[in-house]
Amino acid sequence: MRLKFPGSLIGGLLLGAVTFAVLSCAPDENKIRVGVFNSLTGLTATFGISSSQGIQMAADEWNARGGLLGKQIELIIEDDQSKPEEAALAVSKLINQNRVVAILGEVASSRTLAGAPIAQKAGVPLITPASTNPKVTQVGDFIFRVCYTDSFQGVVCARFAAQNLGLKRLAVLTDVKNDYSIGLAEYFKGEALALGAEIVSEESYSEGDTDFRAQITTIKAADPQAIFIPGYYTEAGLIAKQVQEQNMNVVLIGGDGWDSPRTVEIGGEAVEGSFFCNHYSAEDTSHLVRTFVDKYSKQYGNIPDAMAPLSYDAANLLFDAIARAGSAEGAKIRDAIAQTRDFPGVCGTVTIDAERNARKAAVMLQIEGGKLKVYDVIQP
Amino acid sequence: MSQFLQQLVNGVSLGAIYSLIALGYTMVYGILRLINFAHGDVYMVGAFIGFYVGRLFHFGSGESAWGMPFLAAMAGSMVVCAALGFVIERAAYHPLRKAPRLTALITAIGISLLLENLGQLVFGADPKDFPPLIPRASYTVGAVVFSNIQIIVIVTSVVLMLALQLIVHRTRMGTAMRAVSFSHDASGLMGININRVISFTFVLGSALAAAAGILVGLYNPKIDPLMGIMPGLKAFVAAVLGGIGNIPGAILGGLIMGVAETLTVGYLSSTYRDAITFVILVAVLIFRPTGILGKPEREKF
Repeated sequence: MRLKFPGSLIGGLLLGAVTFAVLSCAPDENKIRVGVFNSLTGLTATFGISSSQGIQMAADEWNARGGLLGKQIELIIEDDQSKPEEAALAVSKLINQNRVVAILGEVASSRTLAGAPIAQKAGVPLITPASTNPKVTQVGDFIFRVCYTDSFQGVVCARFAAQNLGLKRLAVLTDVKNDYSIGLAEYFKGEALALGAEIVSEESYSEGDTDFRAQITTIKAADPQAIFIPGYYTEAGLIAKQVQEQNMNVVLIGGDGWDSPRTVEIGGEAVEGSFFCNHYSAEDTSHLVRTFVDKYSKQYGNIPDAMAPLSYDAANLLFDAIARAGSAEGAKIRDAIAQTRDFPGVCGTVTIDAERNARKAAVMLQIEGGKLKVYDVIQP
Repeated sequence: MSQFLQQLVNGVSLGAIYSLIALGYTMVYGILRLINFAHGDVYMVGAFIGFYVGRLFHFGSGESAWGMPFLAAMAGSMVVCAALGFVIERAAYHPLRKAPRLTALITAIGISLLLENLGQLVFGADPKDFPPLIPRASYTVGAVVFSNIQIIVIVTSVVLMLALQLIVHRTRMGTAMRAVSFSHDASGLMGININRVISFTFVLGSALAAAAGILVGLYNPKIDPLMGIMPGLKAFVAAVLGGIGNIPGAILGGLIMGVAETLTVGYLSSTYRDAITFVILVAVLIFRPTGILGKPEREKF
């Protein structure tokens, strides 16, 4: 008897634990669970934070209006620490453990590319707000985006440099650890050469580097008129500083990876007069943009960078598709997303094309007195 | 040619920082035969202390005497890291003095991981912008551009290295350090307090690492809790290259590493930036295991 007692006690505990585990995992029937994976910490933390705030705003608005399919939307937000391997883990966790019906996320192409195959395999629709690398939506028919692709962005930047600014001697400084940067650099070079410009120097760095002087010295020797830096804001700011340190007289041009308040914070006067391609301008006077910017600034205390409205659009588009599908089933949601036409977003009207990409205009911004000014709007 | 000279200037500035970190490795090795893998993380803590001290000045009066924020950050950070080095030695390595060498080595790796993760917890995982303690300026000599920061990095490193040489060769404590590095038992018999000498070595090495942290913060103003890993490894390779346990060797090794890295990035590709470090390490271990200035050591029985 004395031996049996601990046995039954342990058995009881085990049974209790299993029941608890099953209960806590079972989806709440009154909620629609949507997963979000983003870089809330790490190298590109401002992207993930802005993006998650945009998504949260959209979900709160839908919930205030009575939710989706008669249920409230529950967001489950996972941090991937700005690392692709963590992004893959986060997506697995959202699907297998939290049983989400759809996923919103990652700003960075490298990390969306890490997570997307898992969502595709599980048949869970995934919409990325801001991953511009063309390979992202080629992962499969469950993967969508609400932004333009780098093939468009790269062409826009090259045309801007070679035609609008009339610069013919161009240098490129690429982040070789980053799918976004490599892709963007390729499209930029292709279009620049087609327009008769010359790529006088091509150098590279790796995400997380802090010393770019060796590359800049080599670029300087080639005497370019402009340097295209298709990287993220942390490195862009440091590169600009070190370019200035070498007394170089060049125009710096970047992609949407520059869109963070930190570019100006880190770069200071070294980024003054630089240009970058973006998805929207916070100064736009259209009703949708003003309403969004005012509400966001009131709620979070800062002017939103493009990651916030793009993510807001992505979330709204997803919720709208779930409502149209009338079901939380993966395949039905996917079909509804694919049929999206002329969806009114803050960053422009979204129509999802056959490749599951969005066709939209690009905005060229210039940094002037630490503020972002619209320089040009380029239609697709 | 001017491009090459410019790369050389870039390389020497980077190398000076590696040298400062390498000195800490080499001194501790010389005395304890221990590779203190936590050293790179002490350098990280140094940069963060400088960050907080510098911000006090930045948000305070605004206008301050030239160089004051820099000197304050330097002094504050060196003192805090010296204390940290003392505590690490007392808490982690002192109890293992009689344990096999491998035990202490594994402990060093443990302390390194502890500091990295503690750093992420306390300072936060996202990179911080190091405050501009000194306004930036550039000077052109011929076709070569020097920034004032590069000059400060090199001058500060040289001053600290000279000070270290003075301490090691001209003071009683320095003489004791050299004696202890020769033989623990014999110097103990001569009345040298070995534990004090070892503590002093850690204090000195950690203060130099803190100085390197501040210099790198000024030079490349982005710091994060994992910033110590790569420079730590590279400085370790620099110490081995110069001959581990040898102080001039560490300085020479650091300079060679900095120049080799810069030339690799400038003339080959940035992808090989870290690879060149380990190619050098392998080459040293094959062709001259004692390092450039190291003397062959007879195995003791």
